[in-house]
Amino acid sequence: MPLKGKVNQMAYKTIIGLEIHTELMTKTKMFCGCTNAFGGEANTHCCPVCIGLPGTLPVLNKQGVEFGIKAGIAFNCDIATKTKMDRKNYFYPDLVKGFQISQDDIPLCDGGYVEIELEEGTKKVHLRRIHIEEDTGKSTHTEDGDTLLDYNRSGVPLIEIVTEPEMNTPEEARLFLEKLRATLKYIEVSDCKMEEGSLRCDVNINVVDTETGAKTKISELKNLNSFRAAVKAMEYEEKRHIALLKEGKNTIKETRRWDEVKNETISMRQKGEVSDYRYFPESDIATIEIEEEWIEEIRRSLPELPHDKKERFMKEYDLPEYDAGVLTQSKEVSLFFEETIKHCNDSKLVSNWIMGDVLRRLKDEELEIEDLKFGPKDLSDLISLVKEGKINNNTGKKVLKEMFDTGKNPETIVKEQGLIQISDEGELKEIIEKILSENEQSIIDYKNGKDRALGFIVGQTMKATKGKANPQIVNKMVVDMINER
Amino acid sequence: MEITKLSAREMRKKLIDKEISSKEIIEAHIKKIDEVDGDINAFITLTREEALKQADEIDRKIKDGESIGSLAGIPIGIKDNIVTRNIKTTCGSKILENFIPPYDAAVIEKIKGKDGIILGKTNMDEFAMGSSTETSYFGSTKNPIDLERVPGGSSGGSAAAVKAGEVALSLGSETGGSVREPASFCGLVGIKPTYGLVSRYGVIPMANSLDQVGVFGRDVADAALMLSGIAGYDIKDSTSMKVEDTDYLTKLAEDIKGMRIGLPKEYFNIDMDKRVKEEVLKAVKVFEKLGGEVEEISLPYAEYGLPTYYIIATSEISSNLARFDGIRYGYRSKDYSSLDEIYINTRSEGFGEEVKRRIMLGTYALSSGYHDAYYKKAQRVRTLIKKDFDEAFKKYDIILSPTVPTLPFKLGEKIEDPLAMYMSDLMTVSVNLAGICALSMPCGMVEGLPVGLQIIGDRFKEMNILKAAYAFEREGESNGI
Repeated sequence: MPLKGKVNQMAYKTIIGLEIHTELMTKTKMFCGCTNAFGGEANTHCCPVCIGLPGTLPVLNKQGVEFGIKAGIAFNCDIATKTKMDRKNYFYPDLVKGFQISQDDIPLCDGGYVEIELEEGTKKVHLRRIHIEEDTGKSTHTEDGDTLLDYNRSGVPLIEIVTEPEMNTPEEARLFLEKLRATLKYIEVSDCKMEEGSLRCDVNINVVDTETGAKTKISELKNLNSFRAAVKAMEYEEKRHIALLKEGKNTIKETRRWDEVKNETISMRQKGEVSDYRYFPESDIATIEIEEEWIEEIRRSLPELPHDKKERFMKEYDLPEYDAGVLTQSKEVSLFFEETIKHCNDSKLVSNWIMGDVLRRLKDEELEIEDLKFGPKDLSDLISLVKEGKINNNTGKKVLKEMFDTGKNPETIVKEQGLIQISDEGELKEIIEKILSENEQSIIDYKNGKDRALGFIVGQTMKATKGKANPQIVNKMVVDMINER
Repeated sequence: MEITKLSAREMRKKLIDKEISSKEIIEAHIKKIDEVDGDINAFITLTREEALKQADEIDRKIKDGESIGSLAGIPIGIKDNIVTRNIKTTCGSKILENFIPPYDAAVIEKIKGKDGIILGKTNMDEFAMGSSTETSYFGSTKNPIDLERVPGGSSGGSAAAVKAGEVALSLGSETGGSVREPASFCGLVGIKPTYGLVSRYGVIPMANSLDQVGVFGRDVADAALMLSGIAGYDIKDSTSMKVEDTDYLTKLAEDIKGMRIGLPKEYFNIDMDKRVKEEVLKAVKVFEKLGGEVEEISLPYAEYGLPTYYIIATSEISSNLARFDGIRYGYRSKDYSSLDEIYINTRSEGFGEEVKRRIMLGTYALSSGYHDAYYKKAQRVRTLIKKDFDEAFKKYDIILSPTVPTLPFKLGEKIEDPLAMYMSDLMTVSVNLAGICALSMPCGMVEGLPVGLQIIGDRFKEMNILKAAYAFEREGESNGI
């Protein structure tokens, strides 16, 4: 039964749903006038309202609602024309009022979807809802067992995005998260920095045996501090659930924490007892009525979304779909591309440089394109140098490396290091002549049909010119000169 | 001339006429407090030095010919659930025994801006939960009319202080009758304004969809003066409304001939003290004499007012009081070894019985599985109660009823029987549920104890109930009541 293993593998279907919390980049907090800036000395971005002193009342931040609507439009949701805020009641020291002002039965945005690109085509991942709420303060547990509380974050506007359980692999979930983050950054409602907590993601995951119909109970995964951690945690859970199913066992409904050091998920609490948040309307905030006109105004104000931009890149710059997709993944990359194109009108070449060396290096160092020390003009200068034959491709890569490290303009680097490509045939002829005379055997080999010998001579020439020779010219000259002998 | 017996308006007039100084007014009241408050216990905190300093400043203003505010020099008592910057604000509870707020409530800013002088913070039922001021952590307040009797509640301290001449005016707060009931028991005028007329910013909530700051005065015009002083839109309270005219004094004396008056049969045909009913019906006759057109009306959902109120109020209480957890301010139990124990021990030790009872009732009413049967249903009935009044006010300008079905009861008489205590609110809670305005004023005496008449008006029609009250008061005066 050679097929058995494979069939069994196919028989397990993973089901993933996500809950994403994103802090909105409003000027002020959700219900008071305090600054919404990240960081600051502990408990300095606070007032009686956001630390929940008795007697204080919330005043809804219109920009918070606007940003929520922006996200809703970008993700194709239905925007509620009449909604309200509710109280979610629970006790925790970072929750100043004993309840969080959130939304229960009437979310600001209903439904919607995000499209992700898979090998087999485009997949729509549907959203259940997007609602607005306030963030809590932050607890830090010290080594001596104390808990420190910082309420700077208390009252910061949040949206919570809940998906349907429609992702079937950790990779799909990663693509979804990438797309979600790119879009939120595009429309400038959130900076989505996981390391600062402005984007947080919880995963609900379980596995179904499609042959027997057996299902594992859902694990909720927390403490996922990066997309990479989220994917690793999902992969770990997927294996754990499948292994249990194979043994005829099941998981328990529980919340598990991803341990970055141990590379495993660890049970935090079992969900035997469902928490009862006793939601009810927050009557200190009036019913929110949203006029269709306002929604339209917001819709018109939205910048070009990734999907539209990708289409435009394919048309306007004649780029392959893959290139257009990569270049529009983030707003900043797309801007960098378009800026570079302005100075150097060769879209495919620019695309190759950005997708290749630039993005690869950024990925290796876990940096964003905003972190580059050089600008689009510098990159276009570099590409021009290569295109005009002033330096060769390999030298170009070296120069780019230098640009990464120092931020210097490529022309300066080329000048300082004497990297100008040698295209002068007279100068090259002398060098090649010398190399040929030192390598008579190679000439014989080449004439006997060993093409490798040609490569050797060209290589020696490049070496002698410290890589500055124009390789196309060298190649042609070597062939010509051997033939002349 | 006994200063503490003057009306607030008279005090201000004599101040402007330079017959007395602001300092003399405040000193006279401090003296009165020293004489009587040991027995009455109307105050939790006194602010003598601050008040005297402020009095000096007002005297200086008058001397220098500067303009002074509408409440200038008038000593005012503030219910201790209204936060005052740098002045202890306890809500009558152990859990806030030493809580000193860093900010002023909107109404406090208004009073200060109008040169009113805050003389202290008054006693109240713990977190405004009660109808007798007996649930205060700081001891009961006594009714100045009869020290064996309660002053009503929860704003009992504010009522007793005005009645006893310890202050001229005071602020209370209402959730279901906490100003009108003590006004009735102490023979004062007490107004519960329309929800949204007065900012709630800085008023420590009991049930935030029902709460509203109210006022006490010894006569209608004094109460109207106090109300004018605190009414108006506040950007910090999203439920406050932009109301154009909040001057309730100038039109007070308008005649009420032709005023359409409804008498809800549901409020007269209940089990109540017959003597109270008689006094109120006598008052109705006076309104007829004044030209009012009186008719019996029906408020069919009136009988559901009390149960509806107790579900909605307790639900909101359970959430509003969650922030008192011992973490950031207020009382914290000394006995704990885990986070849960901080919560449980702090709240078990810091709250009194009535507060705990209501938190548990509200938590239950909001719990999943019970939420729809209790909270949601109560909200639907609340809408029906509101519709009752909407219908009535299409035809009538004001509605009259007794304020409380009984005379002031004795200390200890009902404290062990919460349901009997809750019955005191029978005729007042619906007004809060509907968000409309009402006042209580004295309309007669039975065995030396005052009977309160309730005058109810539509949303933001404070002027209607005040005009009616003023006309009735003047008629009574001319008849020597």
